[in-house]
Amino acid sequence: MSKIFPRSANTLPLQIVVFLIVLGTVMVAAVTYYSTPKYLDVGYQPIQPVPFSHALHAGQIGLDCRYCHLGVDQGPASTIPTAQTCMNCHSLVKAQSPLLAVVRQSYQTGAPVPWVKIHVAPEYVYFNHSVHVNRGVSCVECHGRIDEMDTVYRELAHSMAFCLDCHRQPERFLREPKDVYNLASSSLAGQGRLAEAKKIAQDWKVKPPQSCSGCHR
Amino acid sequence: MRHAYYTLVFLVVLTVSILGFRGLRSTRPPIEVFPDLDRQAKYRPQAESVFFADGRTDRPEPSGTVARGRTVAADPSFLRADDFLYRGKSGDGSSARGFPVPVTDAFIRRGQERFAIYCQPCHGALGDGNGVTRGYNMNPASFHDDRLRQMPEGELFNTITNGKNTMMSYADKLTSEDRWAVVAYLRALQRAAHATLADVPAEHRSNLK
Repeated sequence: MSKIFPRSANTLPLQIVVFLIVLGTVMVAAVTYYSTPKYLDVGYQPIQPVPFSHALHAGQIGLDCRYCHLGVDQGPASTIPTAQTCMNCHSLVKAQSPLLAVVRQSYQTGAPVPWVKIHVAPEYVYFNHSVHVNRGVSCVECHGRIDEMDTVYRELAHSMAFCLDCHRQPERFLREPKDVYNLASSSLAGQGRLAEAKKIAQDWKVKPPQSCSGCHR
Repeated sequence: MRHAYYTLVFLVVLTVSILGFRGLRSTRPPIEVFPDLDRQAKYRPQAESVFFADGRTDRPEPSGTVARGRTVAADPSFLRADDFLYRGKSGDGSSARGFPVPVTDAFIRRGQERFAIYCQPCHGALGDGNGVTRGYNMNPASFHDDRLRQMPEGELFNTITNGKNTMMSYADKLTSEDRWAVVAYLRALQRAAHATLADVPAEHRSNLK
């Protein structure tokens, strides 16, 4: 009686098992790599109605973040500036530029400039900008080097793990008050001054909540 | 079996070709894996409203109304009735001299901080009108000529509040108290620019070259 299966079939079950292990590993790796805000959220760079360059205004000219985003140290929202804020200079500088037509129209009619929001917290998160910047958490910790971006994009993924990284060890991310709006500065810990940062955290009662209701109210 | 591995490699290459790597720039809105409750039926700052005619959730103060919390007559901010604090005017309608709030070290430092944010781009760190905008054909005033040195504090306050010539109002950026703080710091700048040896404490004079 001739053999139905060749001799090599003896190793086939083992080969199938090995392949399934490889397949499983590849799939886990793919999900880990792609199904996370680090892939899904980072890099979002919408086209804005006005080609405003933060690299020029905040970087080269050196305007303070608060010149335009004036709500940031006073309340929850870091507000998008009014058209008048632009017109403070642009009534004189590039006053006839067609690129600024939307801003001029907004200034005259009161209709908002349709800026596209890039960083939007989910509405179940209660984030307050002022408690962060007024206690030494710089803009750059969440928004990246905005002052080097021509068109702003999401540089960091605002996942819950990202929030908790800092909420668990705030002293690693604190700056001196004078450096909060200086995006080129590095944190106290980054300068090897962790002890000072710990003192600031203690003196200013920097005790970020880690409970659910701290942020999800 | 070899073909299964080839297929797997092909699928990996295909996935990476389509999905790319982390951090790639895209103008498309991010994919939301679990959009549960990301958007709720409530108003957030500077958001869009389908209810109000002007389409915004932020409501301006209706004319002829008083904001809540400003309804007690004993409160000095009631109806912003204090002409000195809110308009820089003295009783007879002329620009007031002096400050309606006590001028302390912390008050001037607050003024310094606000000055650096909102005034320095045009008027310069020294208040001499040599801010960064001078390179863009703007011609901001220097605080150190006699006209501005003699100007009553109330008039300086009024200029910040309502603007003047090509300068627009900064009332949206600086509260009344902050505007007074900026005026106080402006006075400090003027004092520093016209300082004489007599202004330097005696023990520090030897440090001057």
